[in-house]
Amino acid sequence: MTYRNPPTTPRKSATFDDYTLSEIRRAAATGIYDIRGAGAKRKLPHFDDLLFLGASISRYPLEGYRERCDTSVVLGSRHARKPIELKIPITIAGMSFGSLSGPAKEALGRGATLSGTSTTTGDGGMTEEERGHSKTLVYQYLPSRYGMNPRDLRRADAIEVVVGQGAKPGGGGMLLGQKISDRVAEMRTLPKGIDQRSASRHPDWTGPDDLEIKILELREITDWEKPIYVKVGGARPYYDTALAVKAGADVVVVDGMQGGTAATQEVFIENVGQPTLACIRPAVQALQDLGMHRKVQLIVSGGIRNGADVAKALALGVDAVSIGTAALVALGDNDPRWEAEYNALGTTAGAYDDWHEGRDPAGITTQDPELMKRVDPIAAGRRLANYLKVMTLEAQTIARACGKNSLHNLEPEDLVALSIEAAAMAGVPLAGTNWIPGKNGF
Amino acid sequence: MPANTMSKAERDQSHARVFDLSQHTLRELNQALHKLTPGSNETAWEVLNPKGSHSVAVGVDQPVSIDVRGSVGYYCAGMNDGAAITVHGSAGPGVGENMMSGSIVIKGDASQYAGATGRGGLLVIEGNASSRCGISMKGIDIVVHGNIGHMSAFMAQSGNLVVLGDAGDALGDSIYEARLFVRGKVESLGADCIAKEMRPEHLELVQGLLDRAGVTGVKASEFKRYGSARKLYNFNIDNADAY
Repeated sequence: MTYRNPPTTPRKSATFDDYTLSEIRRAAATGIYDIRGAGAKRKLPHFDDLLFLGASISRYPLEGYRERCDTSVVLGSRHARKPIELKIPITIAGMSFGSLSGPAKEALGRGATLSGTSTTTGDGGMTEEERGHSKTLVYQYLPSRYGMNPRDLRRADAIEVVVGQGAKPGGGGMLLGQKISDRVAEMRTLPKGIDQRSASRHPDWTGPDDLEIKILELREITDWEKPIYVKVGGARPYYDTALAVKAGADVVVVDGMQGGTAATQEVFIENVGQPTLACIRPAVQALQDLGMHRKVQLIVSGGIRNGADVAKALALGVDAVSIGTAALVALGDNDPRWEAEYNALGTTAGAYDDWHEGRDPAGITTQDPELMKRVDPIAAGRRLANYLKVMTLEAQTIARACGKNSLHNLEPEDLVALSIEAAAMAGVPLAGTNWIPGKNGF
Repeated sequence: MPANTMSKAERDQSHARVFDLSQHTLRELNQALHKLTPGSNETAWEVLNPKGSHSVAVGVDQPVSIDVRGSVGYYCAGMNDGAAITVHGSAGPGVGENMMSGSIVIKGDASQYAGATGRGGLLVIEGNASSRCGISMKGIDIVVHGNIGHMSAFMAQSGNLVVLGDAGDALGDSIYEARLFVRGKVESLGADCIAKEMRPEHLELVQGLLDRAGVTGVKASEFKRYGSARKLYNFNIDNADAY
């Protein structure tokens, strides 16, 4: 019997992990970068790294379920003659018809309307489904200007000038040929079946001075009725917010890198832009420095999942949050009931992100007439409304525990951080200390 | 004749509703235009003293005529839907952006992004147009009597651009289905834009546009046609060097 030296356990590289190796093999085989939907999937400092302190001897809680805790918010009070009044500070983010199916857009409108909040068009124009089923609809003004027309501009409740989005600050949209149905092609004035590369820059303005003039034009066309939002990706939140305010925005929307996209390069999603948590305090600071905090409203999006995230964002100075990915999940996206079909696509429920391919088993990110039948807009809208209700109740529960009779009375002093990184980004003390990294010279 | 050199009698005779921007605000002008309803008797408007104002006569959606006596700033006649707007001067950036229908005539020159994303109607520039003329055009017809600047018709999706003079660098870069007709020299063509044959239907099309734009003494046969090679319509890694 021969003696074998004991072997070491096979060890995989932390640098060259399984995903990395698979990506190298995929790139070598295809010669094309990986395109996918959704936002950053890497682990990032996030709201999970913050905790509320709750009440104690120095803070009195409000009675849960009994004492009122206001959740309403008014957006666009700076210049618009008709600001938007929402019952909850959670809005539905812009997602295009084209990227999403008609029934999915309708469901978003229904769910938002049931909840007293707004939904938003996307890079494909306004559809009758969403206008008809959305009490409050924000109309996006995008670089591509697909479907843009003055009639829809006037029947919108607010206008969102999209400069960028968190998944790809500096990148344009992409809708691959397989999702370009006759209807999508017509709305975008392009031939059916070709790849649509939405522009990354607006065609008729560059820079903050031009933006100011562009906003003037939009206000003049709509007789100064509509709130005008400016949406930016989480790139330079302090300066972007300040410049948007200077350009005349009523509302600034800052979208962190966890915010989803219909499709872009994986390398872009994971390596460009800042996490949502890192964007909030600089944006709030810009508003405070300009004396415009609470006068120009701030909406933050990217990775908002529950009422705790909502409460934390508001405590950091945000006026409202916006959800996209979570709303799609509420509609039925990535539901394990379709696991066999996800497997057939080489993925699994919870990981499916090839939204650009248009084969979504859940019928949401597709233009396939058969697949989209799987979305019942009424039932899906109800699920979204339920989910929004839960988030709101959760946020109220936390606010009452902190002694606040309005979600907007939450403040940074209600929070501590679990990591030094989160403490520095959020500008709140590391738990158990009075240390805020970067403050007071430390 | 500019309004400020007209006699009072001449002005009264014109029956135009005169709107003097030195006396009234831009907002008053645009709101008055937006209040027009189909069948309104106020079909002729005259705007005095624009003095480079931005957003003059934007979002008009009735078939009225508007004469702007002087030069305008950004986005004049933006999103025009049916009006016949004439600028008796030059126009700043983005004139006629996203026009839906109607017509716009610029008697002088136009700055960059003229007719950007326009969906319909006719934009005539009797002088020169700067860079990015017809950028992302989506169905508009544009006729430029003079030259156009660089990157014109970038990502142009649909519609026709007719240029009597020369075109600058990178004409029609990443163009889709828009048709470009240039009579003079083209400095260079952008990615996926190629010269194409002028077939009888194109001669007819150009002649029709020249007629509508009031161009005389120029033949359609003097133009060359440019359009998409359609090689970049679906992503192919072997075309990556084209970008």
